[in-house]
Amino acid sequence: MIKAHGGRLVDRFASATERTQWLDQADTLPVVTMNRRETSDLEMIATGAMSPLEGFMGREDYEHVCAHGRFPGGLPWTIPITLAVDSANADDLEIGSPVALKGPDGTLHGVLELAEIYRPDKEREALQVLRTTDDAHPGVAYLRSSGDTYLGGRITLLERPHHARFESSRLDPRETRVLFKAKGWDSVAAFQTRNPIHRAHEYLQKCALELVDALLIHPIMGETKSDDIPAEVRLECYQTLLRNYYPTARVAMSILPAAMRYAGPREAVFHALVRKNYGCTHFIVGRDHAGVGGYYGTYDAHTIFQEFEALEIGITPLFFDHAFYCHSCQNMASQKTCPHDKEQHVFLSGTKIRDMLARGEELPAEFTRPEVAEILRRHYQESTADTIA
Amino acid sequence: MPDRVSIKIPRPLYNRLQRVIDGSGFSSATDFIVFVLRDLVGSLEPEASSSDLSPDELVAIRKKLENLGYL
Repeated sequence: MIKAHGGRLVDRFASATERTQWLDQADTLPVVTMNRRETSDLEMIATGAMSPLEGFMGREDYEHVCAHGRFPGGLPWTIPITLAVDSANADDLEIGSPVALKGPDGTLHGVLELAEIYRPDKEREALQVLRTTDDAHPGVAYLRSSGDTYLGGRITLLERPHHARFESSRLDPRETRVLFKAKGWDSVAAFQTRNPIHRAHEYLQKCALELVDALLIHPIMGETKSDDIPAEVRLECYQTLLRNYYPTARVAMSILPAAMRYAGPREAVFHALVRKNYGCTHFIVGRDHAGVGGYYGTYDAHTIFQEFEALEIGITPLFFDHAFYCHSCQNMASQKTCPHDKEQHVFLSGTKIRDMLARGEELPAEFTRPEVAEILRRHYQESTADTIA
Repeated sequence: MPDRVSIKIPRPLYNRLQRVIDGSGFSSATDFIVFVLRDLVGSLEPEASSSDLSPDELVAIRKKLENLGYL
């Protein structure tokens, strides 16, 4: 089984005794209220999904990760994982003392062993990690909306965030690792998605499945953009697709509770490292992975992997070109494998798909499976009806 | 030299190993066996150390996976 990033799968769940002790003194602790992303990060750190992180980053880790995509010791890590507060709130906190971490709804989720309080240079963070300071970029907008002071320190999870949805599709890294071992899967390719799976995605996944023992479809169900397809609709699409078109003995689906950063290439490496922690040996990287708008080049998420040695990353990236159905080839293909003109290719932009679905039009079967098209069409028509009503 | 222990293996297997290592660069069957075992154990160790699961935790996870239909 592939090792966790950094060599050890982190476990920051409180033991029963620790939990009781913390709960007994919780009322006396200063409180920091986390937003949805930070709450999700807390859970990801505790389960080991973000190994080797054991808490929110202190200044040295933060600055090194932003500047170099690595921890100070050299281990690759491309996304800063931070806890932001307003400076006024930070004044009430004392380094060396524990802080109660509550979610947006006031639930006590964990404790932070406060080791550092520091002021980040968010403009620099945006440029280094997101490659832009444009307010229209959702990652930049997030940075501007969050507190101006970061808190660093190790966390302990007392109470997992309550997930009313998809409880039966949530597996932690320890659980996927046990699953892979029980199934006898030595090599597993992970597919990250925040969208419905169309024929092009299915093609990439099945190409990968030709190379490895199994496929883990691992959709992000944490915080995404408001115009992304709702999680419930996406999950229905995935389940329908798996039931009808995938060899279920070699495919599993589980939800990744991470929040999207839309950091393009940096996030592609981050996504790969997280999947390594889940026990996956391969990671599918398509075109414009984790991108948004026109901020990143189509294949920036491929070339960034050249900045790291294969052994440093550990998990093997599988790079795929833009895929489509080709009428001349009469099958799915990619720019790498198809010699025909674009006129022969069936490809629809996200905007075009949304327009067609909103008008109740059929999506071509060469683009998306009919069962998936029907779920999306129903969703868009209900959304449109709600808007009109 | 580190402490060593003796492990008994069947004579016929030992004889086969002698033939396998002939001209291979291994100076003895013992060296060859140690090399193979180190490689094998090395490939197994990360699994054990990365999960750090107790038998009870392992059973609970397997039960959950069964209940959810993964196993």
